[in-house]
Amino acid sequence: MSDATQSHTPPKQASRNFFQALEIDTRLLGMIGAFIVLCLVFHVWTDGRFLTPRNVFNLTIQTVSVAIMATGMVFVIVTRHIDLSVGALLATCSAMMAMTQTVVTPEWFGLGLNHPLTAPIAVIVGIVTGVVIGAFHGWLIGYLLIPAFIVTLGGLLVWRNVAWHLTKGQTIGPLDSTFQTFGGINGTMGETGSWIFGILATGLAIALLLSARRNKIRHEFPVKPLWAEFVLAGMVAAAILGLVAVLNAYEIPERRLVRMFEARGEVMPEGFTAGYGVPYSVLILVVIATIMTVVAQRTRLGRYIFATGGNPDAAMLSGINTRLLTVKVFAIMGALCAISAVVASARLTFHSNDIGTLDELRVIAAAVIGGTALAGGLGTIYGAILGALIMQSLQSGMAMVGVEAPYQNIVVGIVLVLAVFIDIIYRKRTGA
Amino acid sequence: MAQDKIDRSGTPLVEMRNMKKAFGGIHAVDGVTVDVYPGEVVGVLGHNGAGKSVLMKMLSGAIQRDSGEIYVNGELADINNPRDARRYQIETIYQYLALADNLDASANLFLGRELVTPLGLVDDARMEAETRKIMGRLTPNFRRYKTPVAGLSGGQRQSVAISRAVYFNAKILIMDEPTAALGVEETRMVAELIDELKKQGIGIFLIDHDIHQVKALCDRASVMKNGQLVGTVNVHEVTEDDLLGMIILGKKPEKAA
Ligand SMILES: Nc1ncnc2c1ncn2[C@@H]1O[C@H](COP(=O)(O)OP(=O)(O)OP(=O)(O)O)[C@@H](O)[C@H]1O
Ligand SMILES: [Mg+2]
Repeated sequence: MSDATQSHTPPKQASRNFFQALEIDTRLLGMIGAFIVLCLVFHVWTDGRFLTPRNVFNLTIQTVSVAIMATGMVFVIVTRHIDLSVGALLATCSAMMAMTQTVVTPEWFGLGLNHPLTAPIAVIVGIVTGVVIGAFHGWLIGYLLIPAFIVTLGGLLVWRNVAWHLTKGQTIGPLDSTFQTFGGINGTMGETGSWIFGILATGLAIALLLSARRNKIRHEFPVKPLWAEFVLAGMVAAAILGLVAVLNAYEIPERRLVRMFEARGEVMPEGFTAGYGVPYSVLILVVIATIMTVVAQRTRLGRYIFATGGNPDAAMLSGINTRLLTVKVFAIMGALCAISAVVASARLTFHSNDIGTLDELRVIAAAVIGGTALAGGLGTIYGAILGALIMQSLQSGMAMVGVEAPYQNIVVGIVLVLAVFIDIIYRKRTGA
Repeated sequence: MAQDKIDRSGTPLVEMRNMKKAFGGIHAVDGVTVDVYPGEVVGVLGHNGAGKSVLMKMLSGAIQRDSGEIYVNGELADINNPRDARRYQIETIYQYLALADNLDASANLFLGRELVTPLGLVDDARMEAETRKIMGRLTPNFRRYKTPVAGLSGGQRQSVAISRAVYFNAKILIMDEPTAALGVEETRMVAELIDELKKQGIGIFLIDHDIHQVKALCDRASVMKNGQLVGTVNVHEVTEDDLLGMIILGKKPEKAA
């Protein structure tokens, strides 16, 4: 969403060279810039209530569900398809898992409530449901050649109401206590755990930067200057550890701490405080984002997804089975809907009929704002996640400022169209 | 004119016998038999819609034949999809450049046959290094290894397609109007390359509408009209007018090969 203005004044030129040396894609920089501006504007507008640990924490857990599905939507859109059924599929997966943990395992299997096996069984049931339904969509699209728009529009109606049928239209809850730890506030890593996670993640990121550099040197390709590597590594470390610090700074309320100590049969020491730290749902998102990025950039599957999006005929003539590829892409989308269903229902602590309603639009918007081109062949995983984050920030920011929901939707709608328009101009200018 | 130096006493490299393909009621290819020997260039000629591309696509596996047999080195070959054709070292350079515009040169060159690391991940650095080697030989001035091929000129894109065939040791090369999108200089480069590939004993089917170029590059020419074979002639024994007569009127010259 950046707009590289054609300026030739020396200072501007110097700053552009600086970013060129870092070799970060300017589009990503533009999006990060837009996101930062957005946050600062809301921070000032809300008299400093926007960028508080509490709100950052809420923002991250609200973003996770849509962001997880948006990474899969990138693959779908890159292969020139669309999936309008993700919200409905999420509801069906959520219903399957809710029934599994409230009826199947406690009553049919006789495990009772809150058995340690309940959550794993429920999650597996959900993921299998998502993969099977997704693969079925993919088969209809890839082999029977029914347009994805139609298949998933039908799926939207079918799966939303299959979910209703499974639960007889009732709200199902409370969910299993272990299961609820995937929802956000009910499952965080604590301060120490979060620091360990942050340091491991930073180490991994730096190791990747290093190995990429070594690989380039081995093949005698040009590498960026060493200072640029250091700046990049520093920015990555600051971002990861900064987020950990903020999430750790969000303190668990005293009442809740007392209850936690009581549950363990202990008494809370006087003046004890603890921060929430990184929610497990965010950890799930980080792991999925990493896997999906590796798939996109470093595996044959990813290469074929992008090749098929760029030129389906070329892909087919190169011996790629584009039909099976369609099945795989939609099966991945289904699995991600199931994982989102875990996070979304765990966050609510129950399954409700309207869970995931309109998520298909949020997910598609996140992918598109994140730079995925509907014409196919173009898109990034990190872009989609950033897109989801920008949308969520916009929405919660407006809510905090006191904008009423209908007006929020008007703004989000306009931003979506505007973002795509700016992207078109940007691509024309850079010839990318 | 140069004399015919091709040794046709052995078995042909490829022989397509009695190939047929119909789309609905249209007999796009109707009982055509053609062959090519090692080190030979066979021109496939005919008016627009004569069935040249369809005939060649049956050999490259892009279109499944209705009937007919394909022999490679005298043995019956089972070619039903592009992967089968690649196994027989048949490579194709398509009329409409079959490249994924959004990927760079090396991703296109290795598409479907990526080099991978021991972990099974695609090894972009090694593929780029290989691409630099092979492209450096064919087009020494080429530098744009990092850009998507959408940003390359027609000639540069064609060199990617040709490099792909050369890199994977094609034994049989199908070129469907390889110079249609190219300028004068680039056309000359492709012509030189065809000569070079001939010397290595590769058999080439060349579809081209430029009779002059056919006379210069090909050894024999098979002419098609309305899906049927008019005849196959030795280009050194016929005039350009003879060839045109075959293409337009479907008339075989008196003195046939
Ligand atoms: N996929 C297809 N489906 C239906 N008809 C087809 C298909 N491909 C080719 N045809 C038809 O088969 C006939 C032969 O087409 P082909 O592409 O082989 O012509 P060509 O000789 O290569 O012509 P040109 O010189 O214009 O490239 C045409 O009538 C064409 O319309
Ligand atoms: Mg043709």
